[in-house]
Amino acid sequence: MKPIRNLLLVPALFVLVACGSGDHAENAGSVLHRGIATDPETLDAHKARSIQAADVLRDLGEGLITYSAAGELTAGSAASWTVSDDGLTYTFKLRPDAKWSNGDAVTAAHFVFSFERLVKPETAAFYAQLLGDVESVDALDEQSLLIRLERPTPYLLSLLTHPATFPMHPASLAEHGDGFARPGSLLSNGAYVLTDWIPGSLVTLQRNEHYWNNAATAIDEVKHHVLTQEMMELARYRAGEIDITASVPPDSFQQVKAELNDQLHIAPYLGVYYYGFNLTKPPFKDNPELRQALSMAIDRELLVAKVTGRGETVAYSWVPPGVHNYEPTVLSYAALTQDERNQIAQGLYKVAGYSEENPLQLELRYNTSDTQQRVALAIQSMWRDALGVETTLINEEFQVLLANMRDREVTQAFRSSWLGDYNDAHTFLSIMQADNAANMPAYQSEEYDSLMQRAAQQVDLDRRRLYLEEAERVMLADHPVIPIYFYVSKHLVSPRVVGWGDNVLDYHYSQHLSLKAAE
Amino acid sequence: MVHAAPGGPFDEERVLPAEVAANIEAAYHLDEPLPQQFLRYLSGLLQGDLGPSFRYRDYTVAELIGTGFPLSLQIGVLAMLLALVVGVSSGTVAALRQNSIMDRIVMSLAMTGISIPVFVVAPLLVLLLAVKLHWLPAGWSGAPGFAKFVLPVITLALPQIAYIARLTRASMIDVLGRDFIRTARAQGLGTKTIIRVHALKPAMLPVVSYMGPAIAAILTGSVVVEEVFGIPGLGQFFVRGALNRDYTLVLGIVIFYAALIILLNLLVDILYGVIDPRVRHR
Repeated sequence: MKPIRNLLLVPALFVLVACGSGDHAENAGSVLHRGIATDPETLDAHKARSIQAADVLRDLGEGLITYSAAGELTAGSAASWTVSDDGLTYTFKLRPDAKWSNGDAVTAAHFVFSFERLVKPETAAFYAQLLGDVESVDALDEQSLLIRLERPTPYLLSLLTHPATFPMHPASLAEHGDGFARPGSLLSNGAYVLTDWIPGSLVTLQRNEHYWNNAATAIDEVKHHVLTQEMMELARYRAGEIDITASVPPDSFQQVKAELNDQLHIAPYLGVYYYGFNLTKPPFKDNPELRQALSMAIDRELLVAKVTGRGETVAYSWVPPGVHNYEPTVLSYAALTQDERNQIAQGLYKVAGYSEENPLQLELRYNTSDTQQRVALAIQSMWRDALGVETTLINEEFQVLLANMRDREVTQAFRSSWLGDYNDAHTFLSIMQADNAANMPAYQSEEYDSLMQRAAQQVDLDRRRLYLEEAERVMLADHPVIPIYFYVSKHLVSPRVVGWGDNVLDYHYSQHLSLKAAE
Repeated sequence: MVHAAPGGPFDEERVLPAEVAANIEAAYHLDEPLPQQFLRYLSGLLQGDLGPSFRYRDYTVAELIGTGFPLSLQIGVLAMLLALVVGVSSGTVAALRQNSIMDRIVMSLAMTGISIPVFVVAPLLVLLLAVKLHWLPAGWSGAPGFAKFVLPVITLALPQIAYIARLTRASMIDVLGRDFIRTARAQGLGTKTIIRVHALKPAMLPVVSYMGPAIAAILTGSVVVEEVFGIPGLGQFFVRGALNRDYTLVLGIVIFYAALIILLNLLVDILYGVIDPRVRHR
């Protein structure tokens, strides 16, 4: 019997050996572990488009303008700038000590090169339209950059914090070609430099010794862990392996709130969750009463309290609260009780030609996910109880839903969302213009478009704001969409992380954070 | 066939300007008619070129398979070894003490192992061994050395241990009842020698035949394990590739897996010959 017993010892040894080497004490406490939901699809700042890529890119590069730890716009690679009185010409002075991670100076020509590459069709940049209002960019000398605009763009400074507007090092692109954005070849001008990238697993950044503000960087190494499963991210956070999570899983939210409330950060976020109507086909074409009835019959307060339940806020406007220099216009019925709303909705439902005997038969499409499913089920029953609508739920994989939304053939009502790219109401309102490709409902209103045009021509910020707010009022009254709730950012932040600040853009530069010494 | 799923790899809620979309599609030859894309792919394939990944735009499919496969292989081989060692030894013990308490314990554990799916076992193990007891790292990325292999390997091996233990027990009981074992006993050999020299080899045949399906099960099981533990192996790339419409990555992995399975089946057939002289001579 002995050999058999020896055999049984093998796996036991296997486990013991593994435990012996499983000593995961951090070295020196200068490594920050952050969770990201997916890999950056690329670290070429022009081709990147995901939130995850932008999060990593903001650690690597720096635009003319950046955000301070307090979330205020502040000088980045530019030391100072002046704006002409008509708001059409910006002159930036670069920092003389702005350097690339190989020690080369960052010059105005590098910005010109980057802006030109961004808009070139061959680049096929996702954010090519970001600088759509820019007429020309010129390097006056090594350190002076002149940007001329076609029309006043008061949010230009916040656009210039976007990774797509970071400078690029022309020589390095020429040398490495398309493979320039990989560890070992990617040059960066921000606080960190890319040292390793294991696709599907880990992106490692290390301190950029040449960064002009390197003395202010506290953390030496940042590891972005790719964790697609929120439950796994939470487990790793609880095991002490991750310092900052990208999210909190819905199923564990109440438990996390009860146990880790002091580490949980919930903050308003520039994103709206909405249901849209296909306005090109019946039943929603030329039927604003029906659209309004469906919007009013949704009990948003109940929905965010019981269904989504992660701190989301109800949406009675299209632009989320917290946007710079803007007061969102709210739907007229925001102040009513749900009973009052339901009564008006029933009236509108009748006007639209439906009744108990002749109920609306509706298909609602949403992308396959737990949250979407729960919201759709809740709204299905709210519509049934308040109006008697018979809703068929159709869940589709995200890419399928997108294709259907875009074709506008089979789609009647659909779920979608919009996330702001910069802190200005324009990022939300512009997509509902008739010619905007992201205008999924195919909303067309001459009044809306002309208000948006007038806002675009305005230098005076207060008057521009009034035009935008009026545009939002016009659009909401037409009910092309049902804003349902506004997103919130949800992070768990370890007590050893110092300097974390919640903000509407959900930007958290690693260079502003530091770690408490291990106890 | 991957093109049959609606949606494209570059579709998002934010719609690309038409000319940008056209340029992206042209860069990946998605604007050509499907038969032409197919021929282009085949000619690349003949030269060993699996094309660029649509999702990991800084990497080629060959590079991703090159980094993913060694990991999946290591985990798979370790899981298989663990399954064989633990499965065969516990199955033999159970067979020797048929209907004893020991036998019952081993067989009920085996039944449990078969019944509980990997995606339930994995989080439970993580919760217990990593989050509560802090013995092992909970995840893959950034964890040191060998420790990060333990939980994925155990998770992957558990159902196979169970199958192999049951197979071994049944075939060992059968072999131990045969005449040549009785002869060996009559010659005065000890149990130890009988098992090692005479019984083990014939009793292993069903286990060897099971190796083919077991390897397939470990390959597919690794998809779940890799997803749960965040291991950058082939399985994870496969799942993500399908969801992201990363046509080239999915195709590349399918071709790679197909070649691998053909090769493994061949190996198993050859292994029969090594173990069973009758197969060799026929």
